[in-house]
Amino acid sequence: MRRLRALGEFIWEFLIGDDWLVAAGVVIAIGVTALVATTKVAAWWILPVAVALLLALTLWRASRTS
Amino acid sequence: MSGTDVGLALAVFLACTVEAVEALTIVLAVGITRSWRSTFVGIGAAVILLGGVTAALGPALTALPLDVLRVAVGGLLLVFGLQWLRKAILRASGHKALHDEREIYERELSAARAAGRPAGRIDPYSFTISFKGVFLEGLEVIFIVLTFGANQHRVGLAAAAAGVAVALVVIAGVAIHAPLARVPENTMKFAVGVMLTSFGTFWGAEGAGAHWPGGDAALLAVIAGILLCALAAVAVMRGRRAAVSSEVVAEA
Repeated sequence: MRRLRALGEFIWEFLIGDDWLVAAGVVIAIGVTALVATTKVAAWWILPVAVALLLALTLWRASRTS
Repeated sequence: MSGTDVGLALAVFLACTVEAVEALTIVLAVGITRSWRSTFVGIGAAVILLGGVTAALGPALTALPLDVLRVAVGGLLLVFGLQWLRKAILRASGHKALHDEREIYERELSAARAAGRPAGRIDPYSFTISFKGVFLEGLEVIFIVLTFGANQHRVGLAAAAAGVAVALVVIAGVAIHAPLARVPENTMKFAVGVMLTSFGTFWGAEGAGAHWPGGDAALLAVIAGILLCALAAVAVMRGRRAAVSSEVVAEA
């Protein structure tokens, strides 16, 4: 059980890292892109904007604790 | 070789150089202070396990339909890239200590000496530390090679770029027999963060069904845009840090 927990923590740390909000934001942004891509509206700009916002958010969160 | 291929090879080369430098520091510290034999056994075990991970994940990734692969790889690269970029910006703006291989090497040396004298033919400390160092850094190398390579159907190119990076670091490490403290690791991490985030953005949007204006050429604009955002973030955060420091001095 301890090893399973350690493995889970390792995978979380490896894939999600220090700020889980970034991973959640990326998943949401890709989902919104996929939804908008099914319409006639251009969807390419959503991910770059989301990246800029997520970067600003995660840096703001990190600078509050540093 | 297309522009995308050059970007792919460069991103993989830089990322793998950084990971290899970090693994080399750990290996040198335990090898020099304790047992080279056990250190090499640890490296060998890690390489075998990494080979198994590659053999399991590689075919599974390349078997995925292209759009699914691009969404999955794009998402993973984005999360990974933003983590690298976040740390690199925090370091560049003074909010986090710079990554210093010399300091890490000294810390590993002290820990290795404090662990007592090696006993028996295989020293468990040297084995464990070298195994963990090589496996964890190698896992990141494999992740980057497989995701980049599978997505562009250029696994060979990605593997070659990684191989050259690791070989150069090993040759340099053997030649100077010390951690590669002069490698501009913090700058390289910043560049890798920009590249991973850019490729992740490009492939993630494509996989989700979006069409980039200008096709593959849009990748250059994405790289330039993310680089500008990152540099602007460094400037803003440096300014905020300087403002806070001067307030503290004024209050004192």
